[in-house]
Amino acid sequence: MKTVFAFLANVGSNPTPSASGKQGGNLKIHEYQAKALMAQYGIPVPRGRVASTPAEAREIAAEIGCQVVIKAQVYAGGRGKAGGIKTANNPEEAEKAASQLIGTKLVTHQTGPEGAPVSKVLVEEASDVTRELYLSILVDGESHLPMMISSEAGGMDIEEAAQSSPERIFRSDIDPAISFQPFQGRKLAYGLNLGGGQVVEVTRLMTNLYKLFIDKDCSLAEINPMVITTDEKLLALDAKLNFDDNALYRHKDIQELQDKEQEEPLEIQARDWGINNYVKMDGDIGCMVNGAGLAMAVNDLIQYCGGTAANFLDIGTLNNTERVVNSFKMFVADARIRAILVNIFGGMARVDVIAKGIVEAYQQMNVPFPVVIRLAGTNLEEGRRILAESGISFIQAKDFYDVANKAVKAAKGVME
Amino acid sequence: MSILVDKNTRLLVQGITGSEGSFHTQRCIEYGTRIVAGVTPGKGGSQHLGVPVFNTVEKAIAETGANASLMFVPPAFAADGILEATATGMPLVVCITEGIPVLDMVKVHRYLKGEATRLIGPNCPGVISPGECKAGIMVGGIHLPGSVGVISRSGTLTYDVVSQLTSLGIGQSTCVGIGGDALPGSTFVDILELFEEDQDTKAVVLIGEIGGTMEQEAAKFISHKMTKPVVVFIAGSTAPPGKRMGHAGAIITGSAGKASEKIKALSQAGATIASNPAEVGLTTKKVLETL
Repeated sequence: MKTVFAFLANVGSNPTPSASGKQGGNLKIHEYQAKALMAQYGIPVPRGRVASTPAEAREIAAEIGCQVVIKAQVYAGGRGKAGGIKTANNPEEAEKAASQLIGTKLVTHQTGPEGAPVSKVLVEEASDVTRELYLSILVDGESHLPMMISSEAGGMDIEEAAQSSPERIFRSDIDPAISFQPFQGRKLAYGLNLGGGQVVEVTRLMTNLYKLFIDKDCSLAEINPMVITTDEKLLALDAKLNFDDNALYRHKDIQELQDKEQEEPLEIQARDWGINNYVKMDGDIGCMVNGAGLAMAVNDLIQYCGGTAANFLDIGTLNNTERVVNSFKMFVADARIRAILVNIFGGMARVDVIAKGIVEAYQQMNVPFPVVIRLAGTNLEEGRRILAESGISFIQAKDFYDVANKAVKAAKGVME
Repeated sequence: MSILVDKNTRLLVQGITGSEGSFHTQRCIEYGTRIVAGVTPGKGGSQHLGVPVFNTVEKAIAETGANASLMFVPPAFAADGILEATATGMPLVVCITEGIPVLDMVKVHRYLKGEATRLIGPNCPGVISPGECKAGIMVGGIHLPGSVGVISRSGTLTYDVVSQLTSLGIGQSTCVGIGGDALPGSTFVDILELFEEDQDTKAVVLIGEIGGTMEQEAAKFISHKMTKPVVVFIAGSTAPPGKRMGHAGAIITGSAGKASEKIKALSQAGATIASNPAEVGLTTKKVLETL
């Protein structure tokens, strides 16, 4: 078996704009939706339902008829410490707890100071727990295989657990040709110090979770904590599922689960306008670049030149003028922006199409700040001709450094 | 000289009749690449851009002796296309396609184990040995034959770096885009090994980026096995951490995915780090002057 540090170091997924830019991001869903999916796959979850109003929360608590937990539904983790999870002993308390959560913004260590809006709460049966375990599946970048990870250190941050007690974390790589096997379940179960019927039960749970992971093209399936209750039952107390964006075309049902309220508004806007690779940053230079690596390097170079980018934007390779126009719409609507940087090195994307898009953008809207443009690559001459003949006013840059340097100066108002 | 593709490469294009396939096949032909066959199921028996089209890769190889494949197959069908080429024993498959589902690539990697096929990509610009063969979507004209090998996870950033090299008179033996996906067919280490063995490559430029640990693996290889100098740029120093990534994945990748960690590992391994992306050419020039 590989060491724990090997898997910590070798998960090849990209947690970055480059990842989202190039290999597709990861669609997230709420806990209540993840639990519903898990329940469909035979994974035991607590009794409960989602509520959008305090009155609904009261009804659900009354139906359940015992102590309940009210859990704020946001995409961020760290809800417990942030006050997003409350217990209630009766329907009245459930209503009150729900009213304290619904309509507020929950600030956790993962949300940033602006917090995440809470519009729903999950009301479910409270569980008496004897043990908290950890279970997840994700694809390992080194073995190129899905791996099942389990640990006795449930409920806590798995990275912290891996650092403080690596011997308590177990992994099992799964061969997609033969799928998850019972011996792997036994290995992980005994690693979790389970015994008797629980070994069979947790193996079944793992088999079902793997089936869900494969069927729905998950990028992450995590149960943290997976608990043993005082009556010795296994239960997914929390549930998290992320999905591979590249595979969403074959999962319309999953696409529909996305809660846009939980995403950065500018990023949602960008996606609605066909710009899939947009990430908001903190600066004042609107960047339109083709290619994720080049787009990241542009942002690095802007910083090197003393400025900051307002965004990461990889225009992609579809040779679509509409996407160029929409990028300009994004910039014009973004009050933070002081200058636009365009850096296109045509390969799959053709420079002439980008140039046409820029001219269309100028025709459709007033662009109230300086635009610095550097073009190179496929169909360059045609692109240059289109820009020159259009008569639009822009600052031409001759190379990579020049475009960043001029954009930084333009944003500071020290260029014409 | 070069690695992976050269004057003897007989290239087959999978997805030759699509719009991207057509556009870039034409550019490859203009560059002087010997494109001997195209494959589009249902269009076998026709000619496209003067190239005979076949229904299957197997038939195309039998008729034309193709020994490498360049793929423009749409993402939903791309994994199947790679498997088809692999099943014939095709020595090299260069997959340009962006957006292949991760679990499709899990199957592909499982199938590739023990097979003779080397996969480059997916989601990559391809491979070019300047003056010999262009098997990809990169702009041919910016390249210059020479003795610097280039490896990169990026497409367009590589074009920029190559332009810098060429404008300084520094030619390239082969430029390899390994692609930006989580599960690339070939890694930095795979290609570094080939450059280390290639007698006509004197130095290597490596363009990495944040995420994953391929750069750290490359650092280990450079420190233990590489005798040739390596110049490095890592993109993404200013990228916000953990953006758009699921909890466990982001946490597990954790600090190893950061640009600063990769730069540290590569620097300690003896690679020369370019301070910014516009200076990779000049940095390489300085390194070459010390040889």
